[in-house]
Amino acid sequence: MAKVKMTVNGRQVGSDCEDRTLLVHFLRDNLALTGTHVGCDTTQCGACVVHMDGRSVKSCTILAAQAAGSTITTIEGLAANGELHPVQAAFKANHGLQCGFCTPGMVMTAVDMIRRHGANLDEATVRAELDGNICRCTGYHNIVKSILAAAAEMAGAQQAAE
Amino acid sequence: MGVEGIGASVARKEDKRFLTGKGRYTDDMSVPGMKYAFFVRSPYAHAKIKSIDMSAAKDMPGVIGILEGKQLQADAIGNIICGWMIHSKDGSPMNMGVWRPLAHETVRYVGDAVAIVVADSLGEARDAAEAVVVDYDVLPAVTEAVKALEPGQPQLHPEAPNNLIFDWQIGDGAATDKAIADAAHVTEITLRNNRLAPNPMEPRATLGIYDSAEDHYTCYTTSQNPHVARLVMSAFYNVAPENKLRVIAPDVGGGFGSKIYIYPEEIVCLWASKKTGVPVKWTCDRTEAFLTDAHGRDHVSTVKMAFDKDNRIIGLKVDTIANLGAYMSLFSSAVPTYLYATLLSGQYAIPAIHANVRTVYTNTVPVDAYRGAGRPEATYLLERTMETAARELGVSPAELRRQNFVRTFPYQTPVIMNYDAGDYEASLEAAMASADWNGFAARKAEAARRGKKRGIGMSCYIEACGIAPSAAVGSLGAGVGLWESAEVRVNAVGTIEVMTGSHSHGQGHETTFAQLVADRLGVPIDSVNIVHGDTDKVQMGMGTYGSRSGAVGMSAVVKALDKVEAKAKKIAAHLMEADESDIVIENGELKVAGTDKTLPWFQVALAAYTAHNLPAGMEPGLKEGAFYDPSNFTFPAGCYICEVEVDPETGVTDIIQFVAADDFGNIINPMIVEGQVHGGIAQGIGQALLENVHYDPQNGQLITASYMDYAMPRADDLPSFTLSHQNTPCPSNPLGIKGCGEAGAIGSPPALMNAITDAIGNNSLTMPATPQKVWAALNAAN
Repeated sequence: MAKVKMTVNGRQVGSDCEDRTLLVHFLRDNLALTGTHVGCDTTQCGACVVHMDGRSVKSCTILAAQAAGSTITTIEGLAANGELHPVQAAFKANHGLQCGFCTPGMVMTAVDMIRRHGANLDEATVRAELDGNICRCTGYHNIVKSILAAAAEMAGAQQAAE
Repeated sequence: MGVEGIGASVARKEDKRFLTGKGRYTDDMSVPGMKYAFFVRSPYAHAKIKSIDMSAAKDMPGVIGILEGKQLQADAIGNIICGWMIHSKDGSPMNMGVWRPLAHETVRYVGDAVAIVVADSLGEARDAAEAVVVDYDVLPAVTEAVKALEPGQPQLHPEAPNNLIFDWQIGDGAATDKAIADAAHVTEITLRNNRLAPNPMEPRATLGIYDSAEDHYTCYTTSQNPHVARLVMSAFYNVAPENKLRVIAPDVGGGFGSKIYIYPEEIVCLWASKKTGVPVKWTCDRTEAFLTDAHGRDHVSTVKMAFDKDNRIIGLKVDTIANLGAYMSLFSSAVPTYLYATLLSGQYAIPAIHANVRTVYTNTVPVDAYRGAGRPEATYLLERTMETAARELGVSPAELRRQNFVRTFPYQTPVIMNYDAGDYEASLEAAMASADWNGFAARKAEAARRGKKRGIGMSCYIEACGIAPSAAVGSLGAGVGLWESAEVRVNAVGTIEVMTGSHSHGQGHETTFAQLVADRLGVPIDSVNIVHGDTDKVQMGMGTYGSRSGAVGMSAVVKALDKVEAKAKKIAAHLMEADESDIVIENGELKVAGTDKTLPWFQVALAAYTAHNLPAGMEPGLKEGAFYDPSNFTFPAGCYICEVEVDPETGVTDIIQFVAADDFGNIINPMIVEGQVHGGIAQGIGQALLENVHYDPQNGQLITASYMDYAMPRADDLPSFTLSHQNTPCPSNPLGIKGCGEAGAIGSPPALMNAITDAIGNNSLTMPATPQKVWAALNAAN
């Protein structure tokens, strides 16, 4: 057992956990942040993607202890002031989700993808970058559409701000 | 239709919680004192259990209890059953073997549950499970159905000699044989429908809570049909009487059929909660899901299709062997019989059809309904045969289909189904136009100049949804009726709750069912809540599968709304001193037609509950229930076209375009319907190109038990899809809905396989068409 401290969704948190505890279980079981999901055992499905120090990571593949001292954002921390993040809003507008189980990981992956590519995203890049996120409901059609719509929307908003 | 009514692509009401991490799935549930379960499972495909030694495990840290099958049997918990009786053609009932929730005599597949460990943490439960020593006497195993029928093979159940569960037939064998004998041409083909793992992204989970003070059980579970789960666990598995068992299926992360069934884990966790005195939660990991979730498909069929000299189909003879795995799952017997062979007429007028189906036990996980359930198998068989016949006859595949379409309705097939409405030519024309079928030759030539092999293929599917008229399925062996229920509860301030027996696990019922109410009453969908998935809140219902929620579930809501409206009109007529027949409901108001007299909806609702001034003799309140039992199946149909390019160097298939033209009858929310088709097509492409459950035939080990080994379709395996609808309303239900949930998975595999075989010029190709297989077939052809 060890006490692990980190910043999650802007709050300092600390909790005791077994040494073998994965970050995803620390978030779900110790912090009751159940929006981050476990869909496989082999780092393939991406339902568990969170942001660690601003980059997307699969929280099933990091020990909680390895994340000690880091800044984590989960799906619960993405919407600010009750307003959906543009990526969340685009998923809703474009029916980018059905059962919702892969959705948190998809959204967190998409946010990081748009951060890195901005308005340069195209369909082929989105599809290639979604290789680590599996969805069984949507056939990805509307997920790709949502991400491209969000990238365009965010680029437009940024341009307007400049 | 209004902006929120029927026909509007309304954004989903349920999305916000899923998008913000506030969805509540079974594994998210947590109750005071809750402990964790891990199952000890057989590592062998077939073995006798000689002994189970828990002595080392039970003293390990955190262990609360370890329970085995003998205790379960001593407590009179029942064996798992199949709920659909099929009789063999000799009249004998199907040979159902014993399936114990925890095996204590024999294990029959890798993953068969043997014991449950309950501990303070999941890690401790897992550690202790590894310390449980089961002494097995390993037996030979058989995994393939065709082989399991051969003499001298391992025998799974004493009840089923030669592993044969039943030998069933449908149709007129003599007439079909005569058609084949008289034929100008007979197309013969043997087809394998590959075995698939459903893979909803949420693994199965259950939380069993026993309350000793009330002698009451609560079961949270990943179910598509919580009421059926409660019924079966009460009536057959002896877990608890229905009034002492609450089943809750909260947010469920996809099902695709695999969450219809009641698995050993729900039963065992409820029982274990009573035995250990703590709430017990079990969550499947992905490898466990591959090992224990019911699989789909796994047929081998031989087909003879007979044509007259004018290329009209005059007969179809089918012989199918279906693998049902080690035990008979809940609906397993219905899938390769009444959900399959009754669709063998396809979209075609075929005067004589005969199908023989043998189902077989093997040392593999049970096989049951997976998206489409029997209908993809029928469609694959027919549509590959049609394409093969067109090539043999030297005619256009579109023309051969067109020439044989059913054109007048109702149309009685020789295999039970009575098609009520459709326009198959409309979908064919729309798909061909959308795909620019006529421009294919030029595209093929252009691809050839780049060294690529281009191919195009089509598939014209029909399916039966709206499952199902209760008396009809009862006469065919079903153990339950397949109606649906609804209750519409208008609150005193006019807001509305709809309790439905349908269950939403991705389909968007919270939106579409609310759209129906909004359409009828003219109230905003935000004033309508859809309540489902909890046996304490919702009256008995039959759940969601077989694309039935719109056609059957919403029809029940319509019936309840009819009653609510009738009563509201009586109240409004009384209050406005008008004739009841003059009252109309529009835009959230009750109006006296032809006057300016009007009452807002909420005032009528309030009047119903204050009851100060109601018509003489009327009961207070505004709440009505209804049960809807369909009078026929519904028949969605369509045409799918796929165009591919094969790289002859690598055998890699690139999908250039995928076109779907569907007839779903009337549509509530086009955006949601399109999403259903996208997902279905992806699963169908997965079956044709990528996915395959592979057991080692020597020892029954599951080789494809993780996402490293089982090829799930990923975003870069798929194109965007081109959809259109050519809808003919369904005449048998009040909304004219046919259903859309499974069509994509049904229609797409043969379209893709027809395209690849067209590209490579070799029809001998099995699913999944991996690059290795395609490359080999291409080189064999040249």
